[in-house]
Formats: sequence, structure tokens, C-alpha cells
Amino acid sequence: MPTQGRCVVIHKFLIHNEGDDVGVATEDIAQGEDVVGIFMDTGGQVQVTARGAVPLSHKIAVHALREGDEVTEYGLRVGIATADIEPGSYVHTHNIRSARW
Amino acid sequence: MASGLTGYRRANGRVGIRNYVVVIPVDDISNAAAEGVARLVPEALAIPHPYGRLQFGEDLELHFRTLIGAGSNPNVAAAVVIGIEPNWTERVVAGIRAQGTPVEGFSIERHGDLETIRVAARATQKFVQEAGELQREPIELGEIMLSIKCGESDTTTGLASCPTVAQVVDKVVDAGGTVLFGETSELTGGEHLIAERCIDDDVRRRFQETYDAYIRMIDEQDADLMGSQPTQGNIRGGLSTIEEKALGNIEKTGTKPVVDVLEPAVAPTKPGLNFMDTSSAAAECITLMMAAGAVIHLFPTGQGNIVGNPIEPVIKLTGNPLTASTMTEHIDLDVSGLLRREIDVVGAGEQLMTVVESTIRGRRTCAEALGHREFVLTKLYRSA
Repeated sequence: MPTQGRCVVIHKFLIHNEGDDVGVATEDIAQGEDVVGIFMDTGGQVQVTARGAVPLSHKIAVHALREGDEVTEYGLRVGIATADIEPGSYVHTHNIRSARW
Repeated sequence: MASGLTGYRRANGRVGIRNYVVVIPVDDISNAAAEGVARLVPEALAIPHPYGRLQFGEDLELHFRTLIGAGSNPNVAAAVVIGIEPNWTERVVAGIRAQGTPVEGFSIERHGDLETIRVAARATQKFVQEAGELQREPIELGEIMLSIKCGESDTTTGLASCPTVAQVVDKVVDAGGTVLFGETSELTGGEHLIAERCIDDDVRRRFQETYDAYIRMIDEQDADLMGSQPTQGNIRGGLSTIEEKALGNIEKTGTKPVVDVLEPAVAPTKPGLNFMDTSSAAAECITLMMAAGAVIHLFPTGQGNIVGNPIEPVIKLTGNPLTASTMTEHIDLDVSGLLRREIDVVGAGEQLMTVVESTIRGRRTCAEALGHREFVLTKLYRSA
């Protein structure tokens, strides 16, 4: 893997903050694909294997969550898990819900 | 420092970037006459709408305030008002006149459409000819009243287009300008972030009361909001909850304190970032901000909301590469390079400022060029 130059890593998702449970696909991700995400606040990286297809602008999990856990994005709660979620899972309305309405 | 920007300085001291003569119907049944006038005097702009009959109380006050605000927006050189009867017509005329905007009013009863169109068209023609003589003058960025609201958001909005808008918002506030944001329900999950930024306890208390009242109204309907807030487009774009949508939305408000809380369509009196109590529906929200005097609107979109406004130019930007490539005629600025990390947010903000400056100078936005003139009044409750 190249270690210098402007584009060190070709990422496929971005995560707002270190500690967030989910990142956002910056292009379509295929099921089974090994993909790298970049944390926007620190520039750090994470790699996961996609457990499902994640379309552009949809979310992929970087942490495991149990049903009922709070889901963090932007460093804040954005919802509650309605099913167990594994790193690399596609995350959307089928497995998280609003905590507000 | 000379900004190189120019605009129209109006009688009330505010600065506009367009020079319209508008024909405003007071009520739904006067639309035909207003549109008839604009057909005879094509440079005039009729702004039809579906309301104005048997409204009462706060809802009626908002109706008047919105029409008066539209007629006296700094982008308007002169206004012609047409209503079915003289009393409410004169009420709107007087409100516009009080702001110093040249205005004349006409009512239809005891004349009919054709006679009303005849006399109103003569007044409109005179205004159009006179408006052409008004000169642009040098202005400063801080004299511009900006409004912001995003639409058909997706997760790219919070990553790219909203942070880009924040760069310009902070610059305009630093320059002494006024910026309006709203979308009361769409702060849900991040409302504490706005409350923390309120400049003092009084503004904070008024913000919280305004927010709580809107949420109470929604709760009272006892309805499932999925598909409405977040919208079906938001969900298609990957947004899963109102909280996630709100945190992306709030990104665009920048970092400055919230200096005041405004009722819908009320003109701000304090420079800086002002919160206005509005619906999160694009055309309703922009119409209220235009009526408060905003002259240029920044609209981040994810999936591709195509809204415009007849009086306030709407600049659209997106961070979604699919939207940028499939809806080019609607997108004034593509910031999808932020997703690929080819540009940084400061650079994207500079690109947006260039678009803002060219729009101020007279370049038509995509929405203007395509004739998007959504003039949508907010109705608070049923008419009597």
C-alpha cells in the first residue's frame, strides 16, 4: 500500500467523528467488499468487510451494536438499533429508528 | 475595502440584487387579474397563490405580513397589488408603502377583471419603465441579507454541501451581514446545539418555546412521520431518522451565535445569525425568509430538490455526485469533490462565495433560468 502522496488510500466511506458507529458510503459498496473509511475529524482510518450492499450516501456500520443500543453519528445519538448490527452491516430504517418520533 | 459588488439601494436602506416589478394578488380569486396584467406588461412578475379569503387571527396576520414582505423585499423595485375588495387590498398597499417601495393597489368588485386589468396594467407599465432607470451602486457583502435552508437532504448534505454553506454563513456574519435559518422541526435531535449557541438567556428561552410549540403541534396530530419528516427522498438518500437529518441540517448554520428568534416572515432587526420559526418544506420556508427581506438563498441538496422563488434567487449546491451528474441544470455548484477528499471545505466555501458574488452581480441561478418561482404561503390553520 502506498504511504505517501496526496491520495494515500482510496476510501469508500467517510465517518464524521472517531467514536461514531456508522459511516457514509461515498460510492456504491458491494456485498463482501473490503472497504476503507476515513474519520473526518482525525484523518484516521478503519477497514471493514461489507456484509451487504451499501448504496452511495447510505450508511455502513463500523462497530457492533446490540438491539436497543444508541447509534452514534456526528458524535451524537441519531437513533436506536432495532436489530443487532455487525461491523460492515448496511444501516438504515430496517435496523435503526428515531429515538424522538 | 471595496467588494466589487453592486446592488440596488432601496428607500428603507436595504440592498437588493434584483429589480423586479411584482403584481401581487391579495387573494386566490385575484390571481387571474394579476396574471392578466403580467401578460400585458411582460417584464412584470405576477406571484399567484391559493389563499387570502376568510383567514383570521394569527393566520391572517401572517398572510398580510408575507404579501407585504414580498412587495417590499429589496429585490423589488415596485409593486402592484390587486384584491377582490378595497379594504384588505389597501391594508397590503399601506404595508408596502410604509417600507418606501413604490406601490399602487386595485380592487375588482364594482369594476370586474377586465377594467381592473386595464388600469392596473397602466400603473405596472409605468413602474416597469421607471425600474429600468434605477442604477446599481457599490455595496458591501455585509449589506446582503442571506437565507439558508436545505432540501431533499441525504447523508452527503451533512458531509459536504451544508459544511460548505457554513463557510459562507460565517463570512457574511463576520462582514456584519444578516443570515436567516429556520426549519423548526428539522432541528430535532440537535435542538440543544442551537440552544447552546443562543446569545443570551432571553433568546434561548424564546428559541426553546418556539421549538417546543412546533413539536407539540406535530405530536397533537398523533401521526407516523416516516416519509414526511424525514421525507421519502431523504430515506431514499440514506437518511434513517430525524436526528440524523437534523445534525446534517445544523451543519450549515456555521459557528456564530444565534442573535434573535423571529416569528415567520418577520424582518430581522439584529445583524448576525437569526432563527426564524418555519416549516421545513422548501418553498414555504424560502417564501417566509424572502418576505422577511432575504435577497439571496443558499440551498444545499442531496437527492435534488429543485425549488426556486420568484423574488429571492436560490443557489443550489450538492455533494452527491449522482445528483450533480444527473441534474446538472439544477445544480449551481458541485461540491462532491469533498466526498472524494479532492477539495477541502475551505476551498468549497471559496467556490460557493464565487457563485454568490456572481449571483449578486446578476448571473441567473439555475432555478431562475428554469423559471422556478414557487411562491408558497404558510397557512397556520383552516379558514373560517
